[in-house]
Amino acid sequence: MPDRDMQPVLSVRNLNVRFGRNAIAAVSEASFDVGRERIGIVGESGSGKSTTGRAIMRLLPAKASITAERLDFNGEPLLAKSEKEMGRLRGKDLALIMQDPRYSLNPVLTIGKQIAESAKLHLGLKGRDALTHARHMLERVRIKDPERVLKLYPHQISGGMGQRVMIAMMLIAKPKLVIADEPTSALDVSVRKDVLMLLDELVRENNSGLILISHDIRMVAAFCERILVMYSGRIVETLTSLDDARHPYTRGLIAAMPDPRHPVSRLKVLDRASIEAEIAR
Amino acid sequence: MIKVENLDVVYGVNETRNHVVRSVSFEVGHGETLGIVGESGCGKSTLLRSLAGLEGGWTGSVHFNGKPVGKARNREELKLAQMVFQDPYGSLHPRHRIGTALAEPIRAMGTGDGWSQVSKALQQVGLPAHFASRFPHELSGGQRQRVAIARALILSPPILLLDEPTSALDVSIQAEVLNLLADQREERNLTYVLVSHDLSVIAHMCDRVLVMQNGIFVDELTKADLRAGTTHADYSRELFEASFL
Repeated sequence: MPDRDMQPVLSVRNLNVRFGRNAIAAVSEASFDVGRERIGIVGESGSGKSTTGRAIMRLLPAKASITAERLDFNGEPLLAKSEKEMGRLRGKDLALIMQDPRYSLNPVLTIGKQIAESAKLHLGLKGRDALTHARHMLERVRIKDPERVLKLYPHQISGGMGQRVMIAMMLIAKPKLVIADEPTSALDVSVRKDVLMLLDELVRENNSGLILISHDIRMVAAFCERILVMYSGRIVETLTSLDDARHPYTRGLIAAMPDPRHPVSRLKVLDRASIEAEIAR
Repeated sequence: MIKVENLDVVYGVNETRNHVVRSVSFEVGHGETLGIVGESGCGKSTLLRSLAGLEGGWTGSVHFNGKPVGKARNREELKLAQMVFQDPYGSLHPRHRIGTALAEPIRAMGTGDGWSQVSKALQQVGLPAHFASRFPHELSGGQRQRVAIARALILSPPILLLDEPTSALDVSIQAEVLNLLADQREERNLTYVLVSHDLSVIAHMCDRVLVMQNGIFVDELTKADLRAGTTHADYSRELFEASFL
């Protein structure tokens, strides 16, 4: 259905986020569209990338003021929704996968209960059906012994497994948009690839949009169709490939990464003065 | 400079017995940088902590500069090797000013109060001298890691043990800290042992890399190997492929 693909899942125009009376905006004038595609947001800590993700989910604390000319999800303005309406949307149509599974899973509930809860809430399944569905989802995220894992508590599983459980929980409702905020930063490199591949496969299968938020520009470039580069709350550049990078910040970021295939004796460091000058222009 | 023979670290007894480092041996030459890479739980940090004298339960032999060192270190032995930790937020006392933190190694060695060296130590790592009166929370992550490096260098040790020194930092800050480490190595002719899970950092910094899995070294790579992407074991190939998506 090409016409469905044409309409963006999420459309953001001039998004501004400010915390309290702080003179500096955490996010300023951010505009982008997300279709049924994978886009990446990269930037350093404090660049506003996570705040952008949370503003879309409306998960920022009350002291944050969010204004936007447009913040439409599926054609409906998110900012006009009540907390109750947002509650219905979150987890079902809009999913967030966070960095560390150790903090985002409930430590006193078994894995099975937590996934089954998602199935109960979003699919209306009850009791045993929900648990069967949970086991099925664990198989889907390639956990070897789902029957055993269902009965485990979060502290008994590894980080990579925890992140798979998070992905299983999020994707149970087949959300239209998945926001993955540093989904692999807490994981080992060898597990990172598996988790990304899995996320990619399931997102494609559900025909969802994906926003991948990360500080790792190379990983995002390998994985996403479009990359938004954020610096001090602004989107400074939108790229389809790292070779097209023009902005001094993006180029500085790429040059700052050590690359074994192109060894250098000294790494380039960011020249923040020239970046500020470029932005001011 | 460093010679390690048959180093074993075991935690627990009977059912909870966990053999973390399994009889590893290696040598590091003077002025050389050795990298140790591996996944979490492979024993790389435990190995480094044993070298630093922070682990009590190891067996085997460790020589620094030709002299054997034991589990309990005397002051002279402690001056030979200092360590920089991963988390700059956790490795500085939150209620001690930066100056106090930097002067502490000298005070602990009983060679004065250390204050006279603080401003020089700060300037050497590229921080202004007035940072001495600041608290750690008034510094960014990269600045804190610079302080941690300055603290490790204040005793002028010939060996620096680095445990994931840039994992908690942004790439742009990581570049600054790696450059600082490279400059100090050149200036003072230091010997480094660098532990990291990030192969690209290891490849940038090190002359030689040991790949660790389940407490043993499965592969040894030279700088040329890293550049060409040559590996000699299945595990290191997997690690290589996963690191460069």
